[in-house]
Amino acid sequence: MSNTIKTMAIATAVTAAMASHATTASAEEKVKCYGVSLAGENDCKAGAGTTCAGTSTVDYQGNAWTLVDEGTCTTMELPEMADGTPRKGSLEELDRDLPQS
Amino acid sequence: MTRQGAFRSAILDPAQPMPPDLLDGRGGPAGRSFSVYRNNVAVSLTEALEQTFPVIRKLIGARAFATLAGTYLRAHPPRSPVLSRYGADFPDFLARCEPLAHLGYLPDTARLERALVDSYHAADTDPTDPAIFSQTPPEDLPRLRLRLAPATRLLRSPWPIHGIWRFNTQEGTPKPPHRSQDVLVTRPDFDPLPRLLPRGGAEFLSAITSDLPLGDAMERATETAEDFDLSALLGLLLQDNAITDAALDEEAP
Amino acid sequence: MLDQTPVNTLPHAPGVGYKPQHYSAIIADPGPVRWLEVHAENYMGDGGRPIAQLRHLAERFPISVHGVGLSIGGEGRLDPDHLARLRHLCDWLQPASFSEHLAWSTHDSAFLNDLLPLPYTDETLSRVCDHIDELQESIGRPMLLENPSSYLAFAESTWEETDFLAEISRRTGCGLLLDVNNVFVSATNLGFSPQGYIDAFPLERVGEIHLAGHDTDEDDHGRPLLIDSHGRAVDEPVWALLDHTLARSGPRPTLIEWDNDVPDWPALVDEAARADAALVAAHPAEAPA
Repeated sequence: MSNTIKTMAIATAVTAAMASHATTASAEEKVKCYGVSLAGENDCKAGAGTTCAGTSTVDYQGNAWTLVDEGTCTTMELPEMADGTPRKGSLEELDRDLPQS
Repeated sequence: MTRQGAFRSAILDPAQPMPPDLLDGRGGPAGRSFSVYRNNVAVSLTEALEQTFPVIRKLIGARAFATLAGTYLRAHPPRSPVLSRYGADFPDFLARCEPLAHLGYLPDTARLERALVDSYHAADTDPTDPAIFSQTPPEDLPRLRLRLAPATRLLRSPWPIHGIWRFNTQEGTPKPPHRSQDVLVTRPDFDPLPRLLPRGGAEFLSAITSDLPLGDAMERATETAEDFDLSALLGLLLQDNAITDAALDEEAP
Repeated sequence: MLDQTPVNTLPHAPGVGYKPQHYSAIIADPGPVRWLEVHAENYMGDGGRPIAQLRHLAERFPISVHGVGLSIGGEGRLDPDHLARLRHLCDWLQPASFSEHLAWSTHDSAFLNDLLPLPYTDETLSRVCDHIDELQESIGRPMLLENPSSYLAFAESTWEETDFLAEISRRTGCGLLLDVNNVFVSATNLGFSPQGYIDAFPLERVGEIHLAGHDTDEDDHGRPLLIDSHGRAVDEPVWALLDHTLARSGPRPTLIEWDNDVPDWPALVDEAARADAALVAAHPAEAPA
């Protein structure tokens, strides 16, 4: 586009953005400091119980992955590939190991 | 192997025998009390990963996520004692995880979750005074350079990551559309927001973060999307306190 | 040596471990809670809500910074990046106290996120002392070192834990943080007398006391195996052990820790009120309010 048109387009957009911003600027006063934290937190507790997670040698290669169906991934109905095609050779991979590095 | 080397190996690998010469305080061998440490490490690191990636957990289910977290923490124990940073390479790990390859959107969805956490802990900055835009003569506006807040994060994906995130965090949201979505994470005050970008928006913001002036950024955006709506994007950036600085070329540092 | 410096400036009153979900309740009515403790590693971002909350709280309460990730008992050298982060936090916050653990958590640059045990030998003693010297040098103040919860013991240990801690304090000038629940947990798990441990402890070096709840499991022989879970109210025998301690030490800054299944604020206030009563009972009769 020509410089003149670009300049006009930007000027118009800026004016419109300023106008909409002015009407929303003081919309709400937030309680800025309240809220729980996001992400993992450090603490010095011990995990509950002595068994389960640390000692179970889970079979990472097989059946655990059928559990994926317990998640919402099954209800979203998204294709296997972003371009809509099915992925090549998907089911045979279930007995393949997980990446180790 | 040193004492702590043996401890570390046995903690991370339940198949290994426990380290030697550990006692129960009464003269006997320590027995299963060593598994308290194995459990603490596995449980606490799994919890940390769950807190950072709640959408991934929802997508694949709690049990599959726990399995995945168990494998990940053994292959990639944290490199820093700051747990909010744990999981930086979890998206890449997901991308290499063959059994989950049919869920191609998982890595980018994890990148969005990671970006939200990074934004949450990013530095505070004051937003620029919007008056700079009205005070700049219209013919100079294309030479204006904007700086985005440290809490902003730009993500581009061939997947509908914004729709996936909303579907799994907000009740009653429709299913994600079958299309690509670019997202800008902003932090108006303390809570990060994933903002769906209009077509051309990611090109515009990439140009801005590469320190190109407004005119060049506009051009990049319209090359991709003729109907690029600068007004809407600029309005969003102002509303979310995402612009920390705006200055004309010659004044830019 | 930092022997003559007071180890901290916390009030000899109840405090609680801070949880972000209690922010508004604490501001509205802290009850008997006079000071707060935070885990250092949760305030190492560049900004955002965690730092803003901590700044606000620090205007109203003395803050104790409790590190959980430095790995003072580690075989390797201390992580210089982490030391720098701790120094930065202490610099801007100027906390009333800084404490860490007699434990290790990092080996070969893997952080295992647990307070792992170390044998008590001459070799580990000098290494721990070197690390504490380095830390105290870095943050420019004396620290408090906390006794661990133990689930096992090492065949090669040649020091009693109480003597080991006393010697560290003597050599480095650091103060001690006496976790009374940890004493009870370790004593039960390893079969020694918790009162005997307190009686052998260098109480004059104690700058802070910790209290927390524990879980009960069983070891291989069906004996109780206590887990330092911080997930429930303080148990009766631990309150009794606190009384035993305070009768010998006099009042000390006393903290309620609750990190698992964190309850609403009133439950923590109840625990703090009970600690307050124990502290008042331990005061010399003539002490002014």
